[in-house]
Amino acid sequence: MTNSLRRGSIAIVGAAESELGLCAPGTTPYDLMAQASYRALADCGLQLNDIDGVFTATSQARFSSLGLCEYLGLKPRYQDNTLMGGSSFMSHVAHAMAAINNGLCEVALIAYGSTQKSVSRAAASPREYNAYETPYKPFLPTSAYAMVAARHMYQYGTTREQLAEVAVAARKWALMNPVAWEKKPLTIDEVINARMVSAPLTIRDCCLVTDGGGAIILTSAARAKDLKQKPAYVLGVGEDLSHIGISGMPDLTVSGAAISGPKAYAMAGITPKEVDLAMLYDAFTINTILFLEDLGFCAKGEGGNFVANGGIAPGGHLPVNTNGGGLSYCHPGMYGLFLLIESVRQIRGECGDRQVPNCEIALAHGNGGVLSTQATVILGGQGN
Amino acid sequence: MNEFDLAEASPNGIYMDYCQKDQLAFQRSPSGKAIFYPRIVETKTGEGLRWELSQGLGTVYSTTVIYSRDEKPYNVALIDVDEGYRMMSRVEGVEPEHVRIGMRVQVRMKTFDDGKKYPIFTPDKEAL
Repeated sequence: MTNSLRRGSIAIVGAAESELGLCAPGTTPYDLMAQASYRALADCGLQLNDIDGVFTATSQARFSSLGLCEYLGLKPRYQDNTLMGGSSFMSHVAHAMAAINNGLCEVALIAYGSTQKSVSRAAASPREYNAYETPYKPFLPTSAYAMVAARHMYQYGTTREQLAEVAVAARKWALMNPVAWEKKPLTIDEVINARMVSAPLTIRDCCLVTDGGGAIILTSAARAKDLKQKPAYVLGVGEDLSHIGISGMPDLTVSGAAISGPKAYAMAGITPKEVDLAMLYDAFTINTILFLEDLGFCAKGEGGNFVANGGIAPGGHLPVNTNGGGLSYCHPGMYGLFLLIESVRQIRGECGDRQVPNCEIALAHGNGGVLSTQATVILGGQGN
Repeated sequence: MNEFDLAEASPNGIYMDYCQKDQLAFQRSPSGKAIFYPRIVETKTGEGLRWELSQGLGTVYSTTVIYSRDEKPYNVALIDVDEGYRMMSRVEGVEPEHVRIGMRVQVRMKTFDDGKKYPIFTPDKEAL
């Protein structure tokens, strides 16, 4: 294991989004994966036939690595379509590191595509039947996160306004991202007074429903040095799986990020204080608060205060979700790959108005299901 | 303990049979731990489990109100049942917005649209 997962041993060398937002009728998840894959290849200067490892996930296909390989005409030496929701791609980064370090492949492609806005969320991501939850008709995933928010408010005094701060901060960052879905400012009052979906969460506490895809390309640190772009080295990875249904989550106020985060920090040899950018999977406003706590940016229960008064907005004490997040930039259903793409771009320094000055270390934290799977990747501008 | 015979009955089938008889059942491990949802073996140990009936008293651990376009707002909650396990359910007999974390609740069986009885909870009269 120690040999498989080594700090700085691989790097993300190419990164790109596909078309985002709303695609033309008939667009498939594979169209988006293929478009993002070729854009990521162009970004790093590699060719399709350089790719010998393929890692994919989408809610719209069971055999997505097979589907993408057929589409592109690839016969990779190694493939993996691990599916654990929105954090799948962080897990793919860890798996790609192990595969590259063990000689199973040399150049890994991680790709994602979703047309959930075009085909509807119900069609893109049908809910599995749970005999002990489904009969009560929770509106999932929202109701699960709503109960997490309610419990966090009860236990720590987190306020409705503090939840809204997360959405407002995301919107402020999104206004500096030309490809973000949302284009208009948002106020705390607008979040609180928006249509209630599952109390205490309103529609503005919930991520967007968009189409979209992305791709990143990874290779060994040695090979990365000779490519077009500044490498974003993978310094640390950590994963945790806990529960499939929200009724199985042991403590609604503590996520598996409290396990995946410390694993990633230990591998990277850093502390939260050294993180310049935190990309935290904001499927709902409560997520950001929970992950700030569980990843050690503040103490448990202090997340609400941390985000208050623009704490994570531009000019705040920590840049969080600078692309505008799942709340305001894009959210095709399994958003984790976009956290990695933004982290790479910030480390390269190509983010224009929203660029974090001297962004050396970025943390990308993925979440899947109903806080069910957590995976953390720490990237750095310097390898070993 | 004998291996669970899935050709004869499933954990969910047994649980639902109890529900139809107005009984809330859960499983207990040899070491005394309450297990829910029903399984063929205990988590972590793989030990066999025996069925027990719950007194049906519990405390609301968390709660939400769902505002659907198709029906009136309704409650979904997580209940910490006194025997030591947590389950999803609904709290009824009170406005959904008035369900509070920490509220004491009592189980009752309710017939759902599929014609089967499921456990829901109402505020505990003793506590009111």
